[in-house]
Amino acid sequence: MHMPLWKRVIIWGLCAAAVLVALPNVFYSRAEQHNDAVAAVEKSGVETPDLVAARAMWPSWLPSKIVNLGLDLRGGAHLLAEVQTADVYKARMDGLWPELRKVLAEDRATLGGVRRAPSAGDELRVTIEKPEAMVKAVELAKSLSSPVVTLTGVGQNDIEVRGEGNTLILTLSAVERAATDDRTLQQSLEIIRRRVDEVGTREPTIQRQGANRVLIQVPGIGSAAELKALIGTTAKLTFHPVVRRTTNANELAGPGNMLLPSIDEEGVYYVLEEVPVVTGEDLVDARPEFDQNSQPAVGFRFDPTGARKFGDYTAENIGQLFAIVLDKQVISAPRINQHIPGGSGIITGNFSVEESTNLAVLLRAGALPAAMTFLEERTVGPELGQDSIDAGKVAAIVGFCAVVLYMIASYGWFGTMASVALALNVAMIFAIFSTIGSTLTMPGIAAIVLTMGMAVDANVLIYERIREELRSGKGPARAIELGFEKALSAIVDSNLTTLIAAAVLFFAGSGPVRGFAVALSVGIVTSVYTAVYVTRLFVVTWYGWRRPKTIVV
Amino acid sequence: MAFRLKLVPEKTNIDFFQWASLTFGGSVAALVLSAVLAVVMGLNFGIDFRGGTTIRTESTQTVDVGAYRAALTPLGLGDVSITEVFDPSFRADQHVAMIRIQAQDGVEAITPEIITRVEAALTATDKAITFPSVESVGPKVSGELIKGAVLAVLAATFAIVVYIWLRFEWQFALGAMVALVHDVGLTIGVFALFQLKFDLTIIAALLTILGYSFNDTVVVFDRLRENLMKYKTMPLRDVMNLSVNETLSRTLMTSGTTLISLVALLIFGGDVIRGFVFAITFGVIVGTYSSIYIAKNIVLYLGVKRDWTKPSDDMDGPKGTQYATGK
Repeated sequence: MHMPLWKRVIIWGLCAAAVLVALPNVFYSRAEQHNDAVAAVEKSGVETPDLVAARAMWPSWLPSKIVNLGLDLRGGAHLLAEVQTADVYKARMDGLWPELRKVLAEDRATLGGVRRAPSAGDELRVTIEKPEAMVKAVELAKSLSSPVVTLTGVGQNDIEVRGEGNTLILTLSAVERAATDDRTLQQSLEIIRRRVDEVGTREPTIQRQGANRVLIQVPGIGSAAELKALIGTTAKLTFHPVVRRTTNANELAGPGNMLLPSIDEEGVYYVLEEVPVVTGEDLVDARPEFDQNSQPAVGFRFDPTGARKFGDYTAENIGQLFAIVLDKQVISAPRINQHIPGGSGIITGNFSVEESTNLAVLLRAGALPAAMTFLEERTVGPELGQDSIDAGKVAAIVGFCAVVLYMIASYGWFGTMASVALALNVAMIFAIFSTIGSTLTMPGIAAIVLTMGMAVDANVLIYERIREELRSGKGPARAIELGFEKALSAIVDSNLTTLIAAAVLFFAGSGPVRGFAVALSVGIVTSVYTAVYVTRLFVVTWYGWRRPKTIVV
Repeated sequence: MAFRLKLVPEKTNIDFFQWASLTFGGSVAALVLSAVLAVVMGLNFGIDFRGGTTIRTESTQTVDVGAYRAALTPLGLGDVSITEVFDPSFRADQHVAMIRIQAQDGVEAITPEIITRVEAALTATDKAITFPSVESVGPKVSGELIKGAVLAVLAATFAIVVYIWLRFEWQFALGAMVALVHDVGLTIGVFALFQLKFDLTIIAALLTILGYSFNDTVVVFDRLRENLMKYKTMPLRDVMNLSVNETLSRTLMTSGTTLISLVALLIFGGDVIRGFVFAITFGVIVGTYSSIYIAKNIVLYLGVKRDWTKPSDDMDGPKGTQYATGK
């Protein structure tokens, strides 16, 4: 029985590394405070005494990465949202109409009058007075389209035009739809990320799922409803010229105008021009402030384009009312007293400090390009998570002790060696979890406890084999060697089947099931390693040291 | 000789086929019963699979299911089920209930307004009530989850069967698969019988059972393959008995250690994962049984290709066999 030195060194080295890397998890809150402090100092560059004290909770020269706790353990909210990508088609079509009208109007002589007809949101229908000129109309409309540049759709145009009788129909091409969907989703993700980051919680997960879904997991937030309120608000800010003020809720606004209610004056409505002068998209900054009467307000600043438009408009319309509209409600409609250059201003209203802060956050992050429906939402309170952690801890400790007792009772000294290997196995699972940054969930804890039971399986296979070889009259050294050798095929086969099941769980599952699959896979790999290599090293070392004439397994 | 805990004597010589008609027949009957139960009683699907909302309530006052129901009925939410949860790990003044509300017509996930109304109604009944968890799944997602779960089970079965087929022979793969259907089928039957909540985590449990069931079966098969090469003329039935007897100690040992950790989880792991742990525990027990009594019976009925005895004049070894050498 011989094991080359380099092998021993590698095995011991890996075990030592695993224990060292797993160590911070034993002192979870200390290591966590240390990590948070380090991150805070790095971000702000300022070392406050509090941060320094928190950082000192854990020595910097030790590994400090800790296992990420899942939502079910830490508490927080989980949302699965579907982005209504079709919303954007409608906006595109609406935006196209003025352009199309302009193009068609140039050839009024041949086409006659054109009128927009009602249609589904994703198409633009226009009736033409003289249907015989449809070919010309289609040709003119086609001039509005431009080629889409994508990896697969080069050469295709973004807009498809066809004529049916006296109706000219414009739709987005399939390639353009796909490209638009993709952009919408990217934009939504980005905006959600900014809004969630503004609130400043720890490690939110914001992921795209499939073609049009977004998964949002935010630990530490009170409820899914709160999260929904934060990301679900559209926060579309626009500035419109005011046509007139009214108290009649059914007043006809007239073409090109719209009637919107005031947000804080009951029964007051404004007739506004539909096309905004500037929109929130031109904003570069918004922050909570106080107006001259010390009321909470929101200060904002435009980018150069926005600033120019805003400046020009205010210069030309001194004395006029100017409405600030948020999500189809008029926040306020101040009179323009003077030309406002520089592109910054202040929005006053009956805000509380909290409202002005939230509004500033929403304005800064920008508006969501499309509405979202929520398909799934889960909230877990932090106390329930802590209960689960405690329950998992107790179960793991009891399970571990019971397995160790059972192994020692069954295999004596060899059982003791297997138990040490089992402890190293658990350390390795935590070390790997910390290193790859995988998330530990409640089913994950169950998987770790389960692997404790299954991990000794490999040892059992080996020891039973050694017993058999001893019974058939082999000497101790030979029996040990044959035991390890012959058990290997069964160990590999049986663990690979479980690993296959775990892999399928990972790819097919979601959320907690995935956590379980990762823990199970990691557990299988480390348990085979500890049983085959670590236990073997223990046995070989022990045998080389004591040189027993007979062994009892 | 030092003391050793032994689950089985050192050398056993049990004829595992002696009661084959009873054990195998019993299993078939149990499987049929499970199928009937699953169809007749149906599974108690959780919101993962049929959409809806579950709210976990916690209070220092005892749970009064009747009062909760009276508070919720005026809201007109359709089917509402309220169950009290008991767990040894709860504190004396910790009273937990689970409220399940069916998927609401026309909405994907439940609206925050409904949840607010439910919470307000319950708070009016019991001032001390808190809501540690609220989960809502829309019908669209639940449909996909069912599809995904069925696919996952099928894909895992397929992958493992192919693996066993490659490593052993098709008879073994079939035998292992029958054992697996037995284990998973019985587990589903028990869930139908006791109307335990069947959700996404139970699918994870079934997949774990699947892996474990194969794991156990493969160890027996591995020994069988070895013995088939060793005792080339022994009748198949005897080789099988010998293999099972030889691995019996290990089979029970491993199931024993696994069950120990599972029982620890079952008792101390809390009520959140109890259904999940119960499914695995049950699966491990029937899995152990099936690897001793089911899988190899199938192989015996099918007969195994014993090609390797034919080229006996060729001492080079098992030429023309599909066995991979166990490395």
